[in-house]
Amino acid sequence: MLEELEATYAQALDELKDVRDSAALKEWERRYLGKKGVITLALRSTGQLPPEERANFGKRVNTIKNELSAAFAEREEAVRQHELARMLEEGEIDVTLPGRPVALGGLHPSTQTLRRIAAIWAEMGFQVYSSPDVETDDYNFTLLNIPPHHPARDMWDTFHTTTPGVLLRTHTSPGQIRAMHELGAGGTQPVRVILPGMCYRYEQISARSEIQFNQVEGLAVGRNIRLTDLKGTIAEFARRLFGPEKRLRFRGSYFPFTEPSMEVDVDCILCGGKGCPVCKYTGWLEIAGCGMVHPVVLENGGYDPTEWSGFAFGLGPERITMQMHGIQDIRYFWANDLRFLEQF
Amino acid sequence: MRVPLSWLKDYVDITISVEELAERLTLAGLEVTSIEYIGIPQGEPRPGLVLPPSTHLVWDREKIVLGAIREVKAHPNADRLVLAMVDYGGDELEQCVTGAPNLFPYKDKGPLDPPLLAPFAHEGAEVIDGHGENGARMILKERVLRGIPNRSMVCSEKELGLSDDHEGILLLEDERYRAFAPGTPLQDVLGDAILDIDMLPNIARAYSILGVAREVAALTGATLRYPPLDVVMKGPPIAGQVQIAIVEPELNPRFTLALIRDVTIRPSPQWLQRRLKLAGMRPINNIVDATNYVMLELGQPLHAFDYDVLVERAGGDAPTIITRLPEPGERLTTLDGEEHVLDDFNILVADTKGALSLGGVMGGLESEVRDGSEQVLDAVGIVAGEPDNDEVPPPTGKASVRGPATRNVLLEAAAWNFINIRRTMQSQKMSSEAGMRFSRGVHPAMAERGLRRCIELMRQISGGVVAQGIIDAYPLPAPVIQVDLPLSEVSRLLGITIPKDEVVRILRGLEFSVEDRGDSLLVTVPDHRLDIGTGLTGRSDLVEEIARVYGYDRLPNTIIQDALPPQWANVALEREELVRDVLAKAGLREIVTYRLTTPEQEALLTPPGQPSSWPQVPYVTLANPITADKTAMRHTLLAGMLAVAAANARHTDRQRLFEVGRVYLPVEGQTLPDEPTHIGLLLTGPRDLPSWQGDDRRGPVDFFDLKGVIEAMIRDLRLSGEVVYRPVEHSTFHPGRAAELVIDGRVAGVLGEVHPLVREAFGLGLDLGKPVLAAELDLDALAAGIAPLRHIAPVPTQPAVYQDIALVVDRTVPAADVEAVIREAGGELLEAVRLFDVYEGDPIPPGKKSLAYSLTYRAPDRTLTDQEVARVHDRIVRAAEKRLDAALRA
Repeated sequence: MLEELEATYAQALDELKDVRDSAALKEWERRYLGKKGVITLALRSTGQLPPEERANFGKRVNTIKNELSAAFAEREEAVRQHELARMLEEGEIDVTLPGRPVALGGLHPSTQTLRRIAAIWAEMGFQVYSSPDVETDDYNFTLLNIPPHHPARDMWDTFHTTTPGVLLRTHTSPGQIRAMHELGAGGTQPVRVILPGMCYRYEQISARSEIQFNQVEGLAVGRNIRLTDLKGTIAEFARRLFGPEKRLRFRGSYFPFTEPSMEVDVDCILCGGKGCPVCKYTGWLEIAGCGMVHPVVLENGGYDPTEWSGFAFGLGPERITMQMHGIQDIRYFWANDLRFLEQF
Repeated sequence: MRVPLSWLKDYVDITISVEELAERLTLAGLEVTSIEYIGIPQGEPRPGLVLPPSTHLVWDREKIVLGAIREVKAHPNADRLVLAMVDYGGDELEQCVTGAPNLFPYKDKGPLDPPLLAPFAHEGAEVIDGHGENGARMILKERVLRGIPNRSMVCSEKELGLSDDHEGILLLEDERYRAFAPGTPLQDVLGDAILDIDMLPNIARAYSILGVAREVAALTGATLRYPPLDVVMKGPPIAGQVQIAIVEPELNPRFTLALIRDVTIRPSPQWLQRRLKLAGMRPINNIVDATNYVMLELGQPLHAFDYDVLVERAGGDAPTIITRLPEPGERLTTLDGEEHVLDDFNILVADTKGALSLGGVMGGLESEVRDGSEQVLDAVGIVAGEPDNDEVPPPTGKASVRGPATRNVLLEAAAWNFINIRRTMQSQKMSSEAGMRFSRGVHPAMAERGLRRCIELMRQISGGVVAQGIIDAYPLPAPVIQVDLPLSEVSRLLGITIPKDEVVRILRGLEFSVEDRGDSLLVTVPDHRLDIGTGLTGRSDLVEEIARVYGYDRLPNTIIQDALPPQWANVALEREELVRDVLAKAGLREIVTYRLTTPEQEALLTPPGQPSSWPQVPYVTLANPITADKTAMRHTLLAGMLAVAAANARHTDRQRLFEVGRVYLPVEGQTLPDEPTHIGLLLTGPRDLPSWQGDDRRGPVDFFDLKGVIEAMIRDLRLSGEVVYRPVEHSTFHPGRAAELVIDGRVAGVLGEVHPLVREAFGLGLDLGKPVLAAELDLDALAAGIAPLRHIAPVPTQPAVYQDIALVVDRTVPAADVEAVIREAGGELLEAVRLFDVYEGDPIPPGKKSLAYSLTYRAPDRTLTDQEVARVHDRIVRAAEKRLDAALRA
């Protein structure tokens, strides 16, 4: 009996050596260690032995069972490792195949630039104020110190509507008056706003000019707003938008609603000020018009110009976008060719 | 305006380089847009700036010099060539073979004394090829011309790059050139630079060479030299020979006249012609050129009448010049041959017989100075060139009737109301050099100066005799403007204190009179400018003058110290931006279309013959559209979006677009239209991008793709209201495939599959397999439901029970109704309902459909028992049976 057991034990160990996969492993376990396995049966048959042999036999069977269980566990781990290795090997893919495309949406470049501009001004306490696209002549011109037929009106080629005195705003400046009226509380409260919006000019559409374009007007009115503040504030804005290394220059200009009036130039974004076709070899790009709010405009906004002062500026988001990305043709903006838009 | 440096130097010394001058003027508000170099090399740019090599011809200082032709000999072998014996400052004369016709009169006349002065180019000089095109260059080298060796040349204007004239060589006839010795580098004789200055509307004071010189003087501290205003008057007094009657002093505050008799009309002297050309004007004859010259020099436009024509019109008597408004229906034919029907505000210069010219803008045809030719002549009538156009185009008139050449000239210099001039130019659609200047404001004081300067110039170059005295009607003298300028005001507006003596120096440099009154200055405005106001405006005007001459770049940058105004939330804008973000997140690409369209374009949104479902309100219509396709402000985003989709469809099949923008809806009784912000969505093409892994999901988008985007948007916006998609018939959409989005009972827009005929009308084809889905929603209606704050539910701690249910109902029963019944019957324990299958066909009976839902049950506080779930499930089935006539699918 014991001999038989020893032979089985040797055979089991032998067979286990040849087990290569988990199916054979399971079969081996069933055959030797399962409920009806040889070892289990042998253990159960102990009772049939003469009493003097029982203890010895039983002890031996248990030992063999433990040995086989241990051998099984070892083998099981080896098979698992082997099978994992084979699985991993077979699981190789061509990682150079393209990924499954994800369709992204995105914002129009004008929106992106408007947001950047608005975010910078918001940090400086300038909040967004909106005013209508379709405006009265009064707000667009007269209240801004541009009387009817004044030659300064030649600066804005205007779309008039069939309603007399109603036009498409040529700039966001009429919002200055509206903001002063709404927020200035009869000339008693300071105002700090930006006024983004679509403007319209009676112009032939070309690579350089569009009949509609965004503008961001800015206005600060207070009891102590100075031209040096205007310079400092614009410089801060430009530093944040274009980077700290860019130089600015302020030069004299003319707008009827500001006095003094200036244009702001920044080092050409493309050539860094060395001169290139985009800046027409001046090294400068014009980014804004600005000035101190004209006393007549302050008065029209409800303020006493001897007590209050203000500055105003105007930025062109599309032009700034063009400068920053080297875009040569403004017509791309409203053509909405996806091959253009998807680059943003 | 073109400003030749050589001319500018007549009035002010310039000690800085032309490039630096340009920079200084630009910073002070006179933007120099370009510098044109003539013969001289381009200067050094400011440090750091790299300029492209200039393309202009630089005259070599050694090789291109002033030559003196001392004799012109016949060419022994050729009748059409001569030999010019040129003194170039060397030891011997150089023999040049030339075919210049303007040397032929001197052939074989022996030594010339004085010699003829002409530009001379040595062997090896680079010049423009006189027979070449597009400015092709050539290097002079020796060659034999009909047997005579030749290695140098006397040059034509073309060969020097001065003009295209290659008819003959450039003979320098003016006495002033005799000051230069032969051999002087030509750069020093004719070299020049022309500043092109962009003249802003307020810059009338500098719209002249003298005006620019004044700016230069103020900026550099140099002294301004005025041109002389003395006139030699030796004719009989003008009094009695002409009168002036001003009817409208407000529109014509001053009118002056001078008379010159016995002029000889001929070409102007060379120096004058040259200056006009450099300034961009075409020389015509001495009389006209004198008026143009003085206009360019002083900024005062002038007008020359043929005096004899006026006398004839007056029946032989002394004419009376009348300035007045037109009679009703009055017409005037201007010198360009155009007949104008006059508006009641167009001020006229007339005589007793009728209108002579449109005051300050353009002369009339009949009384023009004439030189006996068919040439149209006028000082004020030359059509202004485009600012960026170098060459002013010649006047284009048809001079039909021309008498003999003018002998006696009546010269006008007047002052006009600048606003009325601009209004007239606009209403009559006319432009002229005179009108451009008058419309920006020429001070009445300039009239007399211009008159004196011009009549004397005419005398010098025409041989005429000037009548003694001038006629000066000045019924409305310009007020003397005085501004009290507290120095504190300068500091208050600028933010720094500029020392008083510097303020005074700047103002005096610009010819303001300044009286020091301690803390303030009493400033008197010089009588050449109208752009300085009174009171507070005048103070600001002066502060600008001080700041720009002081230099904006010299002012420091400061941080605003003023109180920060109250800050508020711009909720409308935040919501608009939120919608943009949500739609971009949903994979849509934002577009921005033209807000101008046409009613016809928007009418394409409705198939022909059908009533439109869009709001029937008028359009905001342009009175002056620039193109036929943009005449009115849009009512809807969809027309523009469909056009964009059609344009993109040529190269991109899959499009997912949105736009957020205003539409313009006029409201009865309201001056300005409502401008609600709309949201447009458009989907077309395959649902997914193409991939190498098969195109299972590459089917075309349909209604439910669009609805899915809108549902996602609404979910992401956290709308708190009740959202209903109500079937609707809408003219833009496929019947049976459109819905209104209703939020809390308010219609927020429409969505659906675009009607195939509409699609076709926009060029997107009629292919039923390629639907276009679109929606137009109202931002306000949508945003009204956005909750300002919202609660976030805790993550469930109790397990859910999942059960499916399939109900068979009539195919006409809306799925939304089925879901509503399920939810209502399910009560609080029913957490979620998700439709996962819609099926029609065997074994479902015809006319029926099966809707299969996955139901999630959960109680927040306990694990649900099977019995509890079964009870609710039963309730749902019974409610469906009873209210929807539904059957549980086996």
